[in-house]
Amino acid sequence: MNSGLASEILSLFLEHLEMVSITIAIAAALALPAGVLLARRPRTRRWAVGFANIAQTIPSLALFGFLVPLPFIGGIGKRTAIVALCLYALLPILRNTLLGIMGVDAAVRESAVAMGMTERQILWEVELPLAAPSIVAGLRLATVATIGTATIAAAIGGGGLGVFIFRGISMVDTPTVLAGALPAAAMALAADEGLEWIERKLSPA
Amino acid sequence: MIVLDLLEWAASKTRVQVAESAILEIRDLSCGIGGQAILRDIRLSVAEGETIVLLGRSGSGKTTLLKTVNGLIAPTGGSIRFEGRAAAEWNPIQLRRRMGYCIQDGGLFPHWTVAANIGLVPRLEGWAAERIAHRVDELLSAVGLAAGDFRARYPRQLSGGQRQRVGIARALAADPPLLLFDEPFAALDPITRLDLQRLFLELRRSVRKTALFVTHDIREAMMLATRIALLKDGALDVVAAPREFLAAETEEARAFLGGLTENWRQNE
Repeated sequence: MNSGLASEILSLFLEHLEMVSITIAIAAALALPAGVLLARRPRTRRWAVGFANIAQTIPSLALFGFLVPLPFIGGIGKRTAIVALCLYALLPILRNTLLGIMGVDAAVRESAVAMGMTERQILWEVELPLAAPSIVAGLRLATVATIGTATIAAAIGGGGLGVFIFRGISMVDTPTVLAGALPAAAMALAADEGLEWIERKLSPA
Repeated sequence: MIVLDLLEWAASKTRVQVAESAILEIRDLSCGIGGQAILRDIRLSVAEGETIVLLGRSGSGKTTLLKTVNGLIAPTGGSIRFEGRAAAEWNPIQLRRRMGYCIQDGGLFPHWTVAANIGLVPRLEGWAAERIAHRVDELLSAVGLAAGDFRARYPRQLSGGQRQRVGIARALAADPPLLLFDEPFAALDPITRLDLQRLFLELRRSVRKTALFVTHDIREAMMLATRIALLKDGALDVVAAPREFLAAETEEARAFLGGLTENWRQNE
């Protein structure tokens, strides 16, 4: 392997990682508070989860293509890719946040109220700590899926490891495809392991 | 007869001092959910030092009544006065911190140690850490658990009976004037249950608390109550001291008393 290829892999790897990190940060910033709020509002919850479900069902390549002609959020490049990736990442984070908070034992919640804890104290000291393993599981699902889906971002000029994959496909050159696919797979495995470790740390033994 | 033995024993254990002033005054309380009446015209005055056992079948409204007292459930009519102030005038958070609450299995926070669970209300009330630690140890020994051994355990590392003891300690932590117990011993095996019933009587003697205690167990009611309030279909059927309750004439009271005297070996 020549050093030119190695450094290109490294720079695309970092670009990929950056895209995934920004996506997960934005999706979590939206979906975590939304999950907390929606856990208390059953009617709105159905609409929001419905929306996130629908976003999830759109084929990724179609969604990228769909966003390109749109003003502000669309166009060619990284920004459009991140918008699309965020839409996919929302659902697992939102759903697991909801599951985690709504899964807190009703007797525990009731005791917290009866002990004279305020709503804020109940959220931060009881509900979120108990929901934490489920929330991290949601982040893990979203991260692993985003790492994979982000390879398609190269189709709309988003860059990342997908650049190798698309180049390899057009050249019918398997090693070039692998130069993108293997690092992406490694990144996904590492993220999976790392977040699973955190998840275990947060779970009651 | 078992019943009278129990009564004698309980009476010898308690010597409850009942003050004249009502700490809790429930007037014409009613509660309905979706047009269905769950509580109807409850009138009950609880004096300091009393243990009122709310007795009734499932669905009789006894737990609902308990939960209206600390505002977990809002009544639809009538009023509650606690320590001379209408419940509506109380800040609900402050009101609840003056009422110890204990439910089946303790309702402990699974992610907190025993010490953190017991110290919850003192901490919310802003006690100094040292004072909380001291109070936790004091309460652990009061409920019969070795502080050094149990302080740092998590609820999952305790037996059902131990969890219940911790739940009682938590309810007592900030020395609230009123205790609300919702079937705390219902899920325990009979021997552990008897231990905890004795503990309750001992604690009552030593800390002189007023308590509302929900149960469906007539024996438990006989043993723990200074007065039994029998609920039927959301209304008070009989309110009487255990001895007088034995002579109660209503159908529901006879049904419960039947369970007390029935001899399962009568066919032999």
